[in-house]
Amino acid sequence: MIKFSEDKLKEVQAMIDRYPEGKQKSALIPLLHLAQDEFGGWLSPETMDYVASLLHIEPIEVYEVATFYSMYNLKPVGKHVFEVCHTGPCMLRGSDDIISYIRQKLDINVGETTADGMFTLKTVECLGACGYAPMMQLGMHYKEHLTPEKVDAIINACRNN
Amino acid sequence: MTEAVKTLKVTIDNITIDVPAGTTVLQAARMIGGDVVPPAMCYYSKLQGSGGKCRTCLVEVSKGSEADPRPMPKLVASCRTGVMDGMEVKNMTSNRVGDARNGVVEFLLLNHPLDCPVCDQAGECHLQDLGYEHGKQGTRYEFKRRTFEKHDLGPYIQLHMTRCILCYRCVFTADQLTEKRVHGILSRGDHAEIATYIEKSLDNNFIGNVIDVCPVGALTDKTFRFKNRVWFTKPVLAHRNCSCCSGKVTLWQRGEEVLRVTARKDQWGEVEEWICNECRFEKKKTSDWIIEGAAPVNRHSVISQGHYEHTIKPAETFSAVMDGRNPQLLMDIHTVSEVNDPAIDLSQVNGPATSALYAKTDKKH
Amino acid sequence: MSKKLLLEKAHIEGIRHFDVYRREGGYAAVEKALKMEPGGIVEEVKKSGLRGRGGAGFPSGMKWSFLAKPEGVPRYLVCNADESEPGTFKDRYLMEFLPHLLIEGLIVSSFALGSNRTYIYIRGEYAWIVGILEQAIAEAKQQGFLGKNILGSGFDCEIYVQRGAGAYICGEETALIESLEGKRGNPRIKPPFPAIKGLWDCPTVVNNVETLAAVVPIMNMGGEEYAKIGIGRSTGTKLISACGNINKPGVYEIDMTISVEEFIYSDEYCGGIPNGKKLKACIPGGSSVPILPANLLLKTAKGETRYMNYESLADGGFATGSMMGSGGFIVLDEDQCIVKNTLTLARFYRHESCGQCSPCREGTGWMEKILHKIDAGKGEMSDIDLLWDIQRKIEGNTICPLGDAAAWPVAAAIRHFRDEFEWHINNPELCLTKNYGLAHYADEIHVPA
Ligand SMILES: Cc1cc2nc3c(=O)[nH]c(=O)nc-3n(C[C@H](O)[C@H](O)[C@H](O)COP(=O)(O)O)c2cc1C
Ligand code: SF4
Ligand code: SF4
Ligand code: FES
Ligand code: FES
Repeated sequence: MIKFSEDKLKEVQAMIDRYPEGKQKSALIPLLHLAQDEFGGWLSPETMDYVASLLHIEPIEVYEVATFYSMYNLKPVGKHVFEVCHTGPCMLRGSDDIISYIRQKLDINVGETTADGMFTLKTVECLGACGYAPMMQLGMHYKEHLTPEKVDAIINACRNN
Repeated sequence: MTEAVKTLKVTIDNITIDVPAGTTVLQAARMIGGDVVPPAMCYYSKLQGSGGKCRTCLVEVSKGSEADPRPMPKLVASCRTGVMDGMEVKNMTSNRVGDARNGVVEFLLLNHPLDCPVCDQAGECHLQDLGYEHGKQGTRYEFKRRTFEKHDLGPYIQLHMTRCILCYRCVFTADQLTEKRVHGILSRGDHAEIATYIEKSLDNNFIGNVIDVCPVGALTDKTFRFKNRVWFTKPVLAHRNCSCCSGKVTLWQRGEEVLRVTARKDQWGEVEEWICNECRFEKKKTSDWIIEGAAPVNRHSVISQGHYEHTIKPAETFSAVMDGRNPQLLMDIHTVSEVNDPAIDLSQVNGPATSALYAKTDKKH
Repeated sequence: MSKKLLLEKAHIEGIRHFDVYRREGGYAAVEKALKMEPGGIVEEVKKSGLRGRGGAGFPSGMKWSFLAKPEGVPRYLVCNADESEPGTFKDRYLMEFLPHLLIEGLIVSSFALGSNRTYIYIRGEYAWIVGILEQAIAEAKQQGFLGKNILGSGFDCEIYVQRGAGAYICGEETALIESLEGKRGNPRIKPPFPAIKGLWDCPTVVNNVETLAAVVPIMNMGGEEYAKIGIGRSTGTKLISACGNINKPGVYEIDMTISVEEFIYSDEYCGGIPNGKKLKACIPGGSSVPILPANLLLKTAKGETRYMNYESLADGGFATGSMMGSGGFIVLDEDQCIVKNTLTLARFYRHESCGQCSPCREGTGWMEKILHKIDAGKGEMSDIDLLWDIQRKIEGNTICPLGDAAAWPVAAAIRHFRDEFEWHINNPELCLTKNYGLAHYADEIHVPA
């Protein structure tokens, strides 16, 4: 059985308190972010059922939401997830080349995870960094103006921590 | 004391009618009846919040109201548009509507497997009717059709996701009729599907009604005793004393056998009164029921082609006719038709299925 | 140098913090507003001519005056920080560098609309900005600008930041409200509009980040003064996020009197096209607005100079014009392929369709597949007409404008670049290694006298 720590449960309560009485379902999306961060980087059915119980809603209401939004991982992912944007503006600035470079460098295809479980490569749609293209999201942060050298440095930094 | 209900005047395809305030354009058209009624694939008058999604019921509002006569710039979903006093609506009389509806039908059929020959809903499928009445022949789609992972919804209900048109009716049904919804719409866009996420069976007492509200063959009755074609069955009205629902049903019989039990439907194909799972799934003997007589059959339905009311009932039960055999498959369409070769999975054919596909089995040459 | 009303102080050291922001004159708008009647603030916004900066350009003051005010029912203001339209990254800049400007605008607007609980719905990927905003909210609260009885006025207000989780459609205001209620981002069927029935069925106003930030200068200088900036119905200043093949991508605040040519080539803004290349095309207002070839971008079909404002960008309608949209300015140089560009956008809309209504759910995927086929050198001539017919049958027939947003880029690409599509189809091998190039897209257009 998974469970949030006491501290995290306080955070959950603070989330719920942002909404009027009885509207606790509104906390679902932030709560799923928290759960994903806490319980291994993805949302297992067990995690989703736990979230449902915290908000007193049916599990199906959680599944419906979790499968709608692209930031939730429904399967385990690597420790570092490279989410490279490939929409129009980034494409104009060479995102396709960056994606091929990463594929070759990590020896995986888009959507795959390296055998050591360190890296997952995904392509995503516009992240609101079009002026700083090509770019990718890595965890909480954006890596912008990517070049092959920058990608090397990012991979090394990930390997070293 | 009765409060005078305000009535509004609305004209649909040049026919004017007075309706109470709060009536939608679709409801008003249904009051008029006939050809002015737009087809509705997602709206269901008995399900709150339904409608607006499929876009088959689009109509043109050529005059907004007496107070504001400007036409509405876009076509509107008649099922979710309220009548205004003096409103003028065009349905059959609008070329724009015809064109848009044509498009909607094409979109709805785009990823549809067109596996009607093996679909339990064939003959009572609203998408089939829609295709016949508003579609064009042939498809311009040449790509592989969408497929889904199979999900098991338990012992009562069979899901064929490829046939689903995402009308959301079954979701509203589960929300509004049962205590606990376990299925829903997962994923988004063209991957959206009806599922339970982790295998769960749908067995809440009134959940069987999702079969009746489903406009297509996506949700069908697993207990339908024989894989029959509805047009070979005879619908009769029947009832029983049921402790949890009205017990008023339609029995689908072949001879004396009850092959299937459904709720009774009105002329718009909508359930009149919801029935419980026990009536639907467990009462499969004629002796469970008090028979009222032949069910009226919608003129549009292919079932009406059989004209059952005037035929003589077979004296023996079905198994007697079959020399005591109780075949699982009452009639395999492939034994009488060469058109649909079972070796060809229609859902896997890219683009339209044409006679060329069947050339090999065509014996005439 | 054009006038800056929003970003003027963006580069001041420490402006993210309350002290510095306050020292620089911040929160004066709140002090002023709280001494006014809420209705008076709405009037000022009406006078300012401010138009929604989220894309549709609807007059903000008018939108505010539609808000229903039934007795005993809470009203809500929601700030739309979902910013997901490709090419658009201006709200991010504003929130990252001037969080207090947004908070200040939100307090004034909440007071004007009577919202005691105001939410900022921010796209999930802008995770680090959540912290910046929450910090600013905490500081403002500590200084008595938020919370109970703000500055002794009797007005209570809390602001909360809600993070989305990856869905462009949640920028559509009713999908945003659904998402804020903890549901799938399915747009609602309108009417009822949010002004009558919005968040938790209460009257709600949804406004873009930039719109709400602009309320601060409007308060400070008065609606009439604000309306003097700009031209015609394009009053005030507009943030433009410029990207694609330009020397200086970034966020610029413009007053809407400069020409498109100046915006692209002057060093104050985009700084021209890199490597001496030529301008081929531009999507001037975020990915959903029609793409224009260079010749129609710089001049209207009447041969007049095109300016960076609502009216001028739309001059010629969809036949020869485009739209201001969200201000996402995407520039394509002579080496870019229109088919490929249209394909990535079609893929985007297919990916982001919520899937509720059949034309958008099915049509977006179909268009992407056909474009993919053409891009891969496998297209047929009839595909171009088919694409045209599909987009035509999506447009206007869907629940929300995402259907239109998906249809327009395809329509405009075919309208203006049909020969490039045909070239792809006629040169199935060549098109895999070479681009059609600039062709005649920058040629002077003959204007009939
Ligand atoms: C598909 C779609 C996406 C949208 N995305 C955004 C967005 O990211 N940010 C935004 O402010 N408005 C967006 N809008 C517009 C909003 O629906 C709404 O009009 C806007 O937030 C109103 O604010 P405004 O009047 O201040 O512009 C979007 C609309 C649609 C149809
Ligand atoms: S399964 Fe049937 S009722 Fe449910 S959404 Fe699909 S088509 Fe509609
Ligand atoms: S137009 Fe697209 S995004 Fe909008 S409601 Fe319909 S399916 Fe959803
Ligand atoms: S297109 Fe890549 S961030 Fe916008
Ligand atoms: S019946 Fe009206 S939109 Fe489906």
